[in-house]
Amino acid sequence: MNYIEHVGKYFLMLKQVFKRPQKWKVFRETLFREIEDLGLKSLGIIMFISFFVGGVVAIQTALNVDSPFIPKYLIGFATKRSMILEFAPTFMSVILAGKVGSYISSSIGTMRVTEQIDALEVMGINSLNYLVLPKIIATVFFYPLLILLAMFLGIYGGYVAGTLTDLFYGDDYIYGIRLDFDPYYIKYALTKTLVFAFVIATIPAYHGYYVKGGSLEVGRASTQAVVWTSVVIILLNYFLTQMLLG
Amino acid sequence: MIEVKDLYKEFNGVPVLKGVSTTFEKGKTNMIIGQSGSGKTVLLKCLLGLHKPESGIISFDGREHTQVGIKEQRQLRQEMGMVFQGGALYDSLTIEENIMFPLKMFADQSLEEMLDRVNFVLNRVNLINVNTRFPAELSGGMQKRVAIARAIVMNPKYLFCDEPNSGLDPNTAILIDNLIQEITREYDIITVINSHDMNSVMEIGENIIFLKDGVKAWEGSNSEIFKTENEAIVNFVYSSNLFKKVRQAYLNETK
Repeated sequence: MNYIEHVGKYFLMLKQVFKRPQKWKVFRETLFREIEDLGLKSLGIIMFISFFVGGVVAIQTALNVDSPFIPKYLIGFATKRSMILEFAPTFMSVILAGKVGSYISSSIGTMRVTEQIDALEVMGINSLNYLVLPKIIATVFFYPLLILLAMFLGIYGGYVAGTLTDLFYGDDYIYGIRLDFDPYYIKYALTKTLVFAFVIATIPAYHGYYVKGGSLEVGRASTQAVVWTSVVIILLNYFLTQMLLG
Repeated sequence: MIEVKDLYKEFNGVPVLKGVSTTFEKGKTNMIIGQSGSGKTVLLKCLLGLHKPESGIISFDGREHTQVGIKEQRQLRQEMGMVFQGGALYDSLTIEENIMFPLKMFADQSLEEMLDRVNFVLNRVNLINVNTRFPAELSGGMQKRVAIARAIVMNPKYLFCDEPNSGLDPNTAILIDNLIQEITREYDIITVINSHDMNSVMEIGENIIFLKDGVKAWEGSNSEIFKTENEAIVNFVYSSNLFKKVRQAYLNETK
């Protein structure tokens, strides 16, 4: 199957996904379960990574602007901008593509090869709607919160790293992060996050849903899902940045 | 009654079913047998609507499965129960939740009513104290019984079983066979079983369809299998020495 066929099949899948749920009560239960599995269970890794990434960005900036002519508050300013514009929305989304993407594709893929999806279809249930729609809604609503938290922790990580290493003063850093604050950048970052969240839920679901074979194929589908989700995130990041900031 | 007329199905230009016609009757255990690759599973999946045939008609009590729209097809599927080869129980749900799942989706019942029904069908398949356990915690035979319980929880008109005995020891296999036959008679439903297991065929096969290379090569009951001279079915069923001896003994006895 060539790439165009895959893209066509992906959009046909979405057509089935965006149907009215057959039973709202069941949908609600599934949605809460997905929020826990895809969102809450990713909190730890996102908090950990964003805190240390923020720290590293601040230390590297401090080491690279070691000149008496460059004010120290630029370290805080640069860390804030890097975290808000790029590290929180894009870098964290790539991390989530790995963690959540592999989970989605392998869980749906296993359901496919063990005939659990056939069992849903035989019962008269729209399996794509039942399995994928709650995942999309969970990621699209929850990931902006995760990314906001990542922004905050990244900037805070920079502050902690700087003050612990004595590379800059805390007051300078705080002055820098408050300097020239533009709320549009948050809007830009959250817009990107929404698109990436959709991609993180749907591309792995596609790879898992249409898997054929056994456990080996499920493993391959999972790897492909992570690779393609990351590639699509990086490409979309470029186009969205051009459109929203260019 | 389920009627199949001139069913034709191919995959990538390779024909798998070549004009199969048959009927599956109410209150009987109908069995589809045949060698691997003969089209048994494809026929079963066509009946379930998981494969769309190239041509032919499948009619459920006068309703043509292949002609009705998606909504009617979903309605029809709610009248079907299916026992998959591996059970196909949902790993993340407990046994109780697995069985309750179709009720939650389609029945407007209170939680108490649903629990009563779950316990009733679990009792019917002789399983107790498994409600809160997960499928992975049960043996193969118990998983099959849970799958049967889930298949009958909605009071289906049609029950389909794909290799219900695969991977089970002979005693458990007989238990499952008898359970399926009892349920078929008790609820007066149409049961279609896809099987390789000749013990099952002899035990509960009231109407047997033998497929060979995508064509119906023989049809009859388990008692007729002993008498038939049809070469295809004789070669298939009596390939083992034990069955050859059993058949000879039966023929000698009835002479």
